[in-house]
Amino acid sequence: MVALIEITKNGRKVDAHRPWPRVIVSSTTWRLAIQQLVDTRATLLGLWGDASAMHMALIDEGSTEIIVLTLECPAAKFPSVGALHPPAIRLERTARDLFGLKAVGLPDSRHWLDHGAWGIKYPLGSRRKTLGRSDYAFLPAEGEALHQIPVGPVHAAIIEPGHFRFTANGEAVVRLEQRLGYVHKGIESLMAGASLEKGARLAGRTSGDSTVAYALAFARAVEAALHMDIPPRAVWLRALMAELERVANHFGDIGAICNDASFSLLHAQFGILRERTLRAAQASFGHRLMMDRVVPGGVTDDLASEGLGGLRRFLDNVRRRFPELVEIYDRTASLLDRTVGTGHLKPSLAREFGAGGYVGRASGRPFDARKAVAYPPYDALDFEVPVRDDGDVNARVWLRIREVEQSLKLIDQILERLPEGDHRAELGKADAVSEGLALVEGFRGDILVWVRIGEDGALERCHLRDPSWFQWPLLEAAIDGNIVADFPLCNKSFNCSYSGHDL
Amino acid sequence: MRRLLFKNLVRRPVTEAPPARDDAALAALAAEVDRAARRRLGRSLAIREVDAGSCNGCELEIHALNNAFYDLERFGLRFVASPRHADVLLVTGPVTKNMQEALSRTYRATPDPKWVVAVGDCAANGGIFAGSYAVTGGVSNVVPVDLHVPGCPPNPMELLTGLLALLQA
Repeated sequence: MVALIEITKNGRKVDAHRPWPRVIVSSTTWRLAIQQLVDTRATLLGLWGDASAMHMALIDEGSTEIIVLTLECPAAKFPSVGALHPPAIRLERTARDLFGLKAVGLPDSRHWLDHGAWGIKYPLGSRRKTLGRSDYAFLPAEGEALHQIPVGPVHAAIIEPGHFRFTANGEAVVRLEQRLGYVHKGIESLMAGASLEKGARLAGRTSGDSTVAYALAFARAVEAALHMDIPPRAVWLRALMAELERVANHFGDIGAICNDASFSLLHAQFGILRERTLRAAQASFGHRLMMDRVVPGGVTDDLASEGLGGLRRFLDNVRRRFPELVEIYDRTASLLDRTVGTGHLKPSLAREFGAGGYVGRASGRPFDARKAVAYPPYDALDFEVPVRDDGDVNARVWLRIREVEQSLKLIDQILERLPEGDHRAELGKADAVSEGLALVEGFRGDILVWVRIGEDGALERCHLRDPSWFQWPLLEAAIDGNIVADFPLCNKSFNCSYSGHDL
Repeated sequence: MRRLLFKNLVRRPVTEAPPARDDAALAALAAEVDRAARRRLGRSLAIREVDAGSCNGCELEIHALNNAFYDLERFGLRFVASPRHADVLLVTGPVTKNMQEALSRTYRATPDPKWVVAVGDCAANGGIFAGSYAVTGGVSNVVPVDLHVPGCPPNPMELLTGLLALLQA
């Protein structure tokens, strides 16, 4: 196998980029990298725009080597990755909408995040004025018996907005097409010029359910750029928060999936477990979702003294209640009838898209950033990454169950071995432009954050890539041939983020 | 399952006591609310939640209102799927420009009399997202707001207090 770094040997390495290399490459090398993706020798971690350049982050899943390639685009054009590697298509549509950078050869020329409502186009690029909104043509599905069901953006009950266009033949879905972007807030434009403090707050509001994971990814990227170490206690407290967040979300998801199969008993019971997790977080760190607790340099609050005892009681309670609920899930035939075999995602697609989290791991892709990147303290902790290959709603439920068990084990170890000392260090000063990249495992999958910090210490550019970018398109595939009534089940079992994706 | 159901019969419920009637706070919260609410609708409100660009943090806490601890329905408050069945729109987020039209249409689809409750710091004035090209900067820029529940996100007790203020106005 050709090492990723090999194909870039003719490129120009950027010294200020940490911890993995960034290399400015020619379009020939760019195409060579695309071929690596097509041949599944590398996995796409991200593809994002910059002022007249495109960046592409890749990982070799075998060696876990990560590299960022940069192609300068003085003519605002670059060879399309999506033309040969479909997971890049929505990312390239976004690069055009935000920066005006055109992917030459991209098969889908429609806008993605830009719905024509901003009053300007290319907001992170040349910022040209526009008039009015443009029509959006959904992909056709033709046939005598077919009908369309448009759903959203205001849909279901208490949920983020998005549009789903179903084409159905009777009850069977023959095509689902998503249209997203409704909650695009322009986070990356707000990041440009922001202080690191404001940046951390914005990162923590990219997707509220993953606020700890995002704040952690942002902090790690900044700390990499500034070449700084943080106190060991902060490292372990961050992991404690991250695992509490994972457990809370998995409880919520398992209950909600059961609810979408009309089994409200487990919804209510898992709702209680989720609430107890949030209360433990409140008692330990002073905020139910632990927002704004992780910052560059460490954590804002040390574990409150009543927190430690509270966490142990919480763990005891969960260990008593959780197994009996899992047993009910496993023994209720009417519930399994809805989840088993429903919304099957092929392992080959999960691999091609580099799908992270329970979506990937329920379809045979064992990737977990806590193992692959092994950022501290996970390099010193004992845990397993559960993997299945049956790929249906049931598999994604079980993946969450197994991950909760692993997280409880991790929390035990963290409480046992929590180092003493400071929980926050002074941030170093940047004296030159510096860049950092971080990959962190949120409950939903791996979150990538890339920052460039200017000489003045403010953010010049920050890119945040939600795991949902590589999961949303797979939901379109997983629903194929299922009945319309099973869509809520499939959707909830994926639980992709709208806000994290729309930015 | 039978074992769990039986245990639940003898266990004490986890449901919290209703928020205390902190009259000053309630009065302040309710000041902007039409006094006709109680007379016309009695103690029952149907709520449609509209995410107009939130980070999803507010939705998580609004969801929590339905759990056994807060049990919103005991107060006659319930979430409905269609704005056509709703008395109250519970709106979160800084109202992105991409959601502006959907929010206006949802408001128009809600029958009179109706109330709008803006939830969260960014629903007030855009919050941390204010100044972006992609947001309008607050719910009141798009639809009239009767009540604002601050917080990032407000916790379920704060949400409950705000909603009860609507009923007791």
